[in-house]
Amino acid sequence: MPSNRPSADEHLDMHRRMVITRCVEERLGVLHKQGKTRGPIHRCDGQEAVGVGATMALEARDVVTTTHRGHAVYIGKGLDPRRVIAEIFGRVTGYGGGRAGHMLVGSVEHGMIGGNAIVGGSIPAATGMALSFQIRREDRVALAVFGDGAAQTGICHESMNIAALWRLPVIFLLENNDYGLTVHRSEQSSVADYTVRAAGYGMPGEAVDGNDVLAVYGAVAAAAQRARRGDGPTLIEARTYRVEGFSTSDMGGYQDPKEVALWKARDPIVVSRTQLAESIDPARVERLETAAEEETAAAFEAALADPLPEFEPHGPSAPYATAPVHADAADFGEGR
Amino acid sequence: MAMMRYAEALNTALREAMAADETVFVFGEDIATYGGVFKVTQGLREAFGDRVRDTPISEQTLAAMAVSASMTGTRPVLEIMYADFMPLTLDALVNQASIYNYIWNEQVTMPFVLRTQGGGGVGTAAQHAKSLDAFVAHIPGLKVVAPVTPADARGLLLAAIRDPHPVIILEHKLLYNTRGDVPDQAEPVEIGRARVVRPGADISLFATSRMVLEAEKAADVLAGEGVSAEVIDLRSLRPLDLDAIARSIAKTNHAVVVNEGWGFCGFAAELSATIMDYAFDDLDAPVQRVAALDMPIPYAQPLEERVIPDVARIVAAARRALD
Ligand SMILES: Cc1ncc(C[n+]2csc(CCOP(=O)(O)OP(=O)(O)O)c2C)c(N)n1
Ligand SMILES: [Mg+2]
Repeated sequence: MPSNRPSADEHLDMHRRMVITRCVEERLGVLHKQGKTRGPIHRCDGQEAVGVGATMALEARDVVTTTHRGHAVYIGKGLDPRRVIAEIFGRVTGYGGGRAGHMLVGSVEHGMIGGNAIVGGSIPAATGMALSFQIRREDRVALAVFGDGAAQTGICHESMNIAALWRLPVIFLLENNDYGLTVHRSEQSSVADYTVRAAGYGMPGEAVDGNDVLAVYGAVAAAAQRARRGDGPTLIEARTYRVEGFSTSDMGGYQDPKEVALWKARDPIVVSRTQLAESIDPARVERLETAAEEETAAAFEAALADPLPEFEPHGPSAPYATAPVHADAADFGEGR
Repeated sequence: MAMMRYAEALNTALREAMAADETVFVFGEDIATYGGVFKVTQGLREAFGDRVRDTPISEQTLAAMAVSASMTGTRPVLEIMYADFMPLTLDALVNQASIYNYIWNEQVTMPFVLRTQGGGGVGTAAQHAKSLDAFVAHIPGLKVVAPVTPADARGLLLAAIRDPHPVIILEHKLLYNTRGDVPDQAEPVEIGRARVVRPGADISLFATSRMVLEAEKAADVLAGEGVSAEVIDLRSLRPLDLDAIARSIAKTNHAVVVNEGWGFCGFAAELSATIMDYAFDDLDAPVQRVAALDMPIPYAQPLEERVIPDVARIVAAARRALD
């Protein structure tokens, strides 16, 4: 069971995963500008500490559900960057074989189930997994990562009530990056401090600095212990910021550049580097960062060289197969 | 006539309706300050103040509020960003909006409009690329329109806002940047009337939304093979223009129906059955359906393009009908 403070090695590993995530995001930005991506991409630059710190406070057997902005969660939960990148580029080697795309990555063996682009969808999803663990008497915890925008959905309220009512082993991690798409949280929420909502469900609520990977790790580790003890859910509000806009299709114009600059100065990777310098030789950290950059570059190279999938008609046992029809009778049921 | 983008035509209609009637208000996610993710509502906030509102991400409640607000003296126009989120609004539509005029013996009307956009083709993946036309067209008490041209986008939206009953507008993400002539006057387009896009003698291609553009391309291909295809843009999915459908089939005796939604229990299935009901005697061959494959919309291009109907599949269906 992890303690609320990671070991030096664990911190180094979190740092490494944050750097990998950042490299992925930056490279995606470049490739998008070159017209080499498909569909919108939601980068999480500046929020890496939330996804990485939270997932690394869990055990491998625990599960996580996340949002359309899940890259840090994917990497934090131990998915192979090369296969994540492959999925982002619709390659056959991706976790969904190119079927899912970057918002919806799932890897059951890693407990990453999964990215969810219906805003709010990750919240009841984790709650249901927690119910399954409770019924099976399994020592497992479910983590729901969701945004400040998602906190306004009806299913958020409904999930929190049920989870607290049944003391489900679930952690509600509200990743507050100030915006739901282009709308500031002050135009979306009647309260500025989301943790006050926890009282309405009779569960603890805590705010943490979402740009401090140790703080996120500590809060999630404590919530996981609580959940494992049978004491039910916790609401954690990680305060952070999206420095690169909503997605690659964001036309901007709604964020105050001063605000962006302020948050850029609080870069979670820089914060973590400073913390590491207290006990670890900066040269070692630098080597680790270089290795992470090289690893990511190699992952891109490999993933981009992978083939695209070929369409194959599905068989009659596919869950979406409809009744067999005469081959000539219709054109919409190929391979029914 | 003025040349306009589809998104601008919708914007124009909203402005016209809001200027003409103070009870019209517009609300939805990211529509006010940002002007909508497809920029349909750009500039409305500046022009109409708090009658244009950004909302929290709360589709289920927003739809129910549109229903109830419309019962009490306003004409709400709600934007639901993607048709894929329409399932969240369905309770408000199927258990609320569709029933009150009837069960309360016509004491109430619900003049609200719900605009949304669907469709695939650009890698938005399984939760942002669907056409769920049949979900709403299935509900008695709702009107459902799907404009293809900028002129119809403006005219049908104007008609929808003036309509005393609920109207769903199905837009398409790949149409917003298309251009076309729009009349100078604010003229509503009657809901329930199909549009003959191009006349033909040998086969009728009935299509909805962006599939009309694919059907036009298919008609070009067929023309090269000596087949004269009539392309009909249904425009209104509910009510259907039965006369236009029957008239066309009486002339061509062959029909292909095209809809971007799933085939099984889909809108194309309804069209096909309706044609059997009303025009069977005029048919020389079974109606051919073209629809999305019955499966989730995949992300990768080589997969997605096989799932969503296109020219080639429409042409193949026409050949089958004429065989
Ligand atoms: C049910 C639903 N409504 C609307 C959207 C469109 N949408 C995608 S992301 C988003 C904003 C989400 O904000 P937040 O939860 O704060 O996540 P962030 O993007 O900030 O990470 C919206 C409105 C959606 N995907 N699903
Ligand atoms: Mg947010």
